[in-house]
Amino acid sequence: MSTVTPAKRGGRKRARLLSGPGGSILRVVSSVIITFFGLLLVTFLIGRILPIDPVIAAVGDHASEAIYNRVREEMGLNLPLWKQFFVYVNNVLHGDFGKSILTSQPVLNDIARVFPATLELATLGTIIGVILGVPTGVLAAVHKGKWPDHLVRIFGLVGYSVPIFWLGLMGLLVFYMKLDWVAGPGRVDAFYADFIEPTTGLMLVDTLLDGDIDLFWNAVSHIILPASLLAYFSLAYIARMTRSFMLEQLSQEYILAARVKGLSEFRIIWRHALGNVMVPLVTVIALSYANLLEGSVLTETIFAWPGLGLYITNSLLNADMNAVLGGTVVVGAVFIGVNMLSDLLYRLLDPRARR
Amino acid sequence: MRKLIAGLILGTALASAPISAMAETPKNALVMAFSIDDIITLDPAEIFEFSGAEYSGNTYDRLIGYDIDDVSKIHGVVAESWDVSEDGKTYTFKIRDGIKFASGDALTAEDAAFSLRRVIKLDLSPAFILGQFGLTKDNVDTQITAPDDHTLVLKVDKPYAPTFVLYCLTAGVGSVVDKKEVMAHEKDGDMGHEWLKTNYAGSGPFELNKWTPNESLSLVANDNYWDGAPAMKRVIIRSVTEAASQQLLLQKGDIDIARNLEADQIASLKDNKDIKFQKKSKGTVWYLGLSQKNEYLSNPKVREALKYLVDYNGIADTILAGRGTIHQAFLPDGFLGASNDNPYKLDVAKAKELLKEAGYPDGFSVTMDTRNTTAITAMAQSLQATWSLAGINLEIIPGDGGQTLTKYRARQHDIYIGRWGADYQDPNTNASTFAWNPDNSDDAAAKPLAWRNSWDPKEMTAETEAAILERDTQKRIDMYKDLQKKVMDKGPFVVMFQETEIAGVRSNVQNFKLGPSFDDNKYRFVTKD
Repeated sequence: MSTVTPAKRGGRKRARLLSGPGGSILRVVSSVIITFFGLLLVTFLIGRILPIDPVIAAVGDHASEAIYNRVREEMGLNLPLWKQFFVYVNNVLHGDFGKSILTSQPVLNDIARVFPATLELATLGTIIGVILGVPTGVLAAVHKGKWPDHLVRIFGLVGYSVPIFWLGLMGLLVFYMKLDWVAGPGRVDAFYADFIEPTTGLMLVDTLLDGDIDLFWNAVSHIILPASLLAYFSLAYIARMTRSFMLEQLSQEYILAARVKGLSEFRIIWRHALGNVMVPLVTVIALSYANLLEGSVLTETIFAWPGLGLYITNSLLNADMNAVLGGTVVVGAVFIGVNMLSDLLYRLLDPRARR
Repeated sequence: MRKLIAGLILGTALASAPISAMAETPKNALVMAFSIDDIITLDPAEIFEFSGAEYSGNTYDRLIGYDIDDVSKIHGVVAESWDVSEDGKTYTFKIRDGIKFASGDALTAEDAAFSLRRVIKLDLSPAFILGQFGLTKDNVDTQITAPDDHTLVLKVDKPYAPTFVLYCLTAGVGSVVDKKEVMAHEKDGDMGHEWLKTNYAGSGPFELNKWTPNESLSLVANDNYWDGAPAMKRVIIRSVTEAASQQLLLQKGDIDIARNLEADQIASLKDNKDIKFQKKSKGTVWYLGLSQKNEYLSNPKVREALKYLVDYNGIADTILAGRGTIHQAFLPDGFLGASNDNPYKLDVAKAKELLKEAGYPDGFSVTMDTRNTTAITAMAQSLQATWSLAGINLEIIPGDGGQTLTKYRARQHDIYIGRWGADYQDPNTNASTFAWNPDNSDDAAAKPLAWRNSWDPKEMTAETEAAILERDTQKRIDMYKDLQKKVMDKGPFVVMFQETEIAGVRSNVQNFKLGPSFDDNKYRFVTKD
């Protein structure tokens, strides 16, 4: 965030605008716009280069040649690439993201439906991941080279290396089939799905808004397993990073000074050292949260969880480009949003960043 | 920090507390796991997908239907009876009394006429099924009329075989929609299409409650259904794409029926007393399309050799494991005139001899575009193994469905392995794609499977056209038998299997009906103990 020096004299006015109090906002906005534009362009090109014919998704494999040609024209696919992109961006700027071929719904409606499903899962997953991951990492750092450290490493290694597909099915087999602790695939029992009015799209919130406690617990019993599974993966990462950040802090002189002063070990570790670790840790957590927010296709497949990952993947495989581009914009917005949030948290956590 | 630890303990407690799930589905509701992500529309004039067809079959009444156990028996549904004029060009249907739409309005002949005309005017994917009778946007208002509330008249351009016309009317495009309701939602002259894509205007045993794409489809019973109200007051279909997840839900009793089980799941549920399997042969075949642009494959001896290089029994037993039976003619069993002759079996020596006669004693190399689903990939690998015995080096090019299909449609493949599902219940549906290709040029107006494989079936094209005009049913049957034999002998298609649909059903669920087409999978007779 250094001040911008004007490249030449004529640039001074612009530079002042950018470095003034409102400047950082302007700069952020313009960089966001450029990022989105680039994102759209790249996604658009990838979509058009894909050797998949989107018209088949719209009319099916058995449609007559005349209908195929008509729909191809309706979809604007006979226009030159740049014109297609221009038309698309123009529509987007007017708030129209188009309709999805696969769902016959406006893309924005689709995303308003699938994103909350992912948001709910990712948020719960990250919360569990942080609650368990940070203390685990701290423990591993404190007991470096001893059995708790090894245990955490092995636990983390499993989290990294076992395919989520297998782990998900095993989880269902053990906790759903055998132990009956949790409910099976789906966001609520299939029969209930009809009775929930999607206000926010978040099951846990909507059921409470409806005042239906039974349904709320039903939703909890459905989300807990996939959320724990996602948590396991972010936990493995968060714990490992916490461990290395902590090790770095624990070797600092202020820790030695604190020990000499006779502070309790608990206070030294959990307050002084962890307090300083929090800043880099926020970035780690934010990134892992953003990753989960993209949606995990495999988890969503096994748990019949109609989220963003499944939506984008399905759309991509059918070259349903309006849907893919809409989804991309959301993922982009999520990344930018989470980054801004972690910047904000930085300033709260680190007094130096406030200057 | 203390709060953090408290949160940790609470979190762990929450995660491990036994939250018991509801184990059984309600007695008057049918809950099903079914991969319904192929549904892109709910308008019967547009529906052309498997699960979409099942939806329209359960929610709309069609003019006529057939016995799902004996397709040759055609019966009336909305049309009580019908007459065909002496010259074979006018069909007069008597519309049944007492059918009501969900809106409460009575169904009349005008609704039926409107529905058929609407199909032609909207001209969406399945419109050609009716378009075959010379119906166009310009003439449809005079060719399809309703002189009074109980009479529907359909005029066709040629004296077609009555079976051909009637079977086409049993398809989804023969669904009767509520004219008043649909037109009330018309926008820019679209005959209510945009609205009906996500809404409902029918008279069937079930009504649409809610469709959430890729997620769920729920129906409620029509208690005033003219042919008896269904016992199930609700049908809830949850989209579960993963077969293993479907298995767990079924085993646990959270669903009543699992629709997309694969060989592994079927094997592991075989001895489960709570679960039974229902099977039905479908109008879908698995086949290889051999591009005639490829110099090896254009040799008739090579084509014949390949037909002897399929491990039919092995694939049926281990890969399809009940989900398909050996079938080598292009008409699936159950269709009028279908041939059940399966002359080819795995015979490497014979194939080698044929290859030698063809001038390729040491084989050759060829590619196959292969959709990356479990069953198709496994079949391709089996073929790779048996072909190598005859010296043919098969390179499998894996791809997603959209990808392989795009290539196939552009005639850029050597070999395509795929499925072909019938569009309607008349034999012409497959004859007109496997045995008919009036123009083999790149910019042909029609691109049937024969075209995709660059094959000119010569006299068979005319024979296919003649078969739809043959009004003597027995003669018509003989014509199709002959066409199937010819395609089997000379054609660039290695038809291998006919698909069997298998549903895993909880043992307390009775009378779930599977028919030869997805349109015929019916929920209305289902009862639960």
